[in-house]
Amino acid sequence: MKHNERMLLSGNEAIALAAWHAGVALGAGYPGTPSTEILEAFSELGGRAQWSPNEKVATEVVLGVAFGGARGLATMKHVGLNVAADPLFTAAYTGVSGGMVIVSADDPGMASSQNEQDNRRYAVAAGVPMLEPSSSQEAYDFALAAFEISERWRLPVLLRVTTRVSHSKTVVVPRDRNGPPRNPHFERDVRGRVMIPANARPAHRRLRQKLAEIEAWNETSEFNYLVPGDTSLGIITSGISFMHAREAAPHASVLKLGFTHPLPMKKIAEFVRRMKRAVVIEEGDPYLVEACRAAGLAVEGKPEMYRFGELSVARVRRILDGDTSPEPVPPPGKPPQLCDGCQYRQVFDVLRKRDCIVAGDIGCYTLGVLPPFEAMDSCVCMGASIGVGLGLRHVLPPDQARRVVSVIGDSTFVHSGITGLVEMVYNPPPHGHVLIILDNLTTAMTGHQEHPGTGRTLKHEPTGQVRFEDLARSLGVRNVHVVEPRAGSDEFERVLDACLNSGELCVIIARRPCLMIAKRLKELELTGAQTKDRR
Amino acid sequence: MGQVTNIVVAGLGGQGVLKATDVLAAVALRAGYDVKKSEIKGMSQRGGSVTGDVRFGTEVLSPMVPPGEADFLVVLEPTQVDAHRYLLRPGGILLSPEMIDLDKLANKKGLNVAMLGALSVHLPMPESDWHKVLAEQFQQKFHESNLQAFTVGRQSQQKNPGS
Repeated sequence: MKHNERMLLSGNEAIALAAWHAGVALGAGYPGTPSTEILEAFSELGGRAQWSPNEKVATEVVLGVAFGGARGLATMKHVGLNVAADPLFTAAYTGVSGGMVIVSADDPGMASSQNEQDNRRYAVAAGVPMLEPSSSQEAYDFALAAFEISERWRLPVLLRVTTRVSHSKTVVVPRDRNGPPRNPHFERDVRGRVMIPANARPAHRRLRQKLAEIEAWNETSEFNYLVPGDTSLGIITSGISFMHAREAAPHASVLKLGFTHPLPMKKIAEFVRRMKRAVVIEEGDPYLVEACRAAGLAVEGKPEMYRFGELSVARVRRILDGDTSPEPVPPPGKPPQLCDGCQYRQVFDVLRKRDCIVAGDIGCYTLGVLPPFEAMDSCVCMGASIGVGLGLRHVLPPDQARRVVSVIGDSTFVHSGITGLVEMVYNPPPHGHVLIILDNLTTAMTGHQEHPGTGRTLKHEPTGQVRFEDLARSLGVRNVHVVEPRAGSDEFERVLDACLNSGELCVIIARRPCLMIAKRLKELELTGAQTKDRR
Repeated sequence: MGQVTNIVVAGLGGQGVLKATDVLAAVALRAGYDVKKSEIKGMSQRGGSVTGDVRFGTEVLSPMVPPGEADFLVVLEPTQVDAHRYLLRPGGILLSPEMIDLDKLANKKGLNVAMLGALSVHLPMPESDWHKVLAEQFQQKFHESNLQAFTVGRQSQQKNPGS
């Protein structure tokens, strides 16, 4: 890349480029829209990147990287941070030696998610610094800065983006700056890193002290700036809402917040004091507006109706006009569906015919809820199919309990289903249970990423493989069946009936490669075979 | 903010909607404009409706084209015309796939490129830039058929200049 070259990058690509320029030693994450492309792009650039089984493990691996004095990047979608919350909260206590940045890619409007939680709350709850870019240039600049901030205060930093920042392509002029050379090495710090209560109590005080220092520093940091305009209207905003707000109100004064935890409250108060009318424009939860009001500032927020979904130029105009009339509803587009020829079509067809009660999970196959199948009764979070199915089996009357099945995809099973399977063995319902693992040998929904069950790395190179049938048997499940659902075969149907009637614990692995990777898989198997031959 | 040109490309998953917006955005970047391109991925691979927004000008703020402000609506699938018409501004130009005679395309999958050809007639960027970007953004083996599709698209506008 030429110096000062203008590039058109998505926010995710910009973060990947920054990670590359920052000298990140390892990037780890779990695929999830809208975060997936960060690690893929980082790997393409030459960075060392890996898919971990889930976000908790990824975050812990990156914490270890940062304990070792190197720079580490963990990436995930918003709900992934729920899974990674456990290490996050205590990593704020232990702190880090090398730079540690966690990207949380939120999905307001739920383009491809099960909820629209606002992860800015996590920065407050865990007590970590947070940066919120509003364009790819800022995604690049803030990601680079996040590593410096992390090292300066020895804290993990949350880089919070949203779908429109992650997936919009905008112009980036990279600095092409490599991070200072790092020499990872172990420094023993038992009191700082072993969080027994005696060590954690002072660690919590240290964390609050750091946050107080960061707040004071943030009052004059370059991340928060004023776009001068009329004083009749002042807008306080962050992230992508900044862009919508400037377009909707080109004459307004705007206080653009890029470093949004801890907030520069003095700077905000000074801005509000100078404005005749001050309005907070933010997507999702009333995070900024609540902080302003808690500080005693008279600011307007948005009417509750704008809490739902993404903001846009049109919606910001309405907020500024105080317009709460019903919004125009765009004509419906064509909904997505299971691909023609997808093997899961047969599975859901069979489940529907038996009127099964289906505890479902997260992935392509969640589309089994739509017509013509309508064969899914719950979908909550990664792995919930198993626990929810077991709970239903425990309490429903026997005629209903016997129809309950849990349906989970291969990648989802590795992510959060294994502990559910342990639960099934440990606390079996009276009439047994049937777990169906839909194994299409890829993480299909997010764009066909590898996972531990495929035995290939993020770069599609051979590595250790977790075999679901071996795992289930080793846990003590006696009825483990591997079947291939395909047209013209009633094998899946027969096995399912036998399992449903058995009253025992059963695992059915419905294995067939996703149609969309069939060709790539053949090529990879060929290369894999050659690699083996060479050994 | 100076004058911004707003374009929305709409179609179904698998039709190359996002590829078309990538090409368009790259051509605008090459011409020196500020450019933003927005899309919603995720469920799109499963055959659902997909739209991509491209905005270019001296300074572009929001990456999304506000409804009723699209200067051009480029649709790759006839069933998607009505669902997206509300995005056009009054007097905006609709380019629909009926304009392209599919039988004239060397590669039937080149409809997205043909539609870009049709759009290019209405935009200020030189044809040579489009050719360069098409060469950059696609595999070499598709280049000839893409240039052919692009030309078919351009010709469609000479006799049928949008609606």
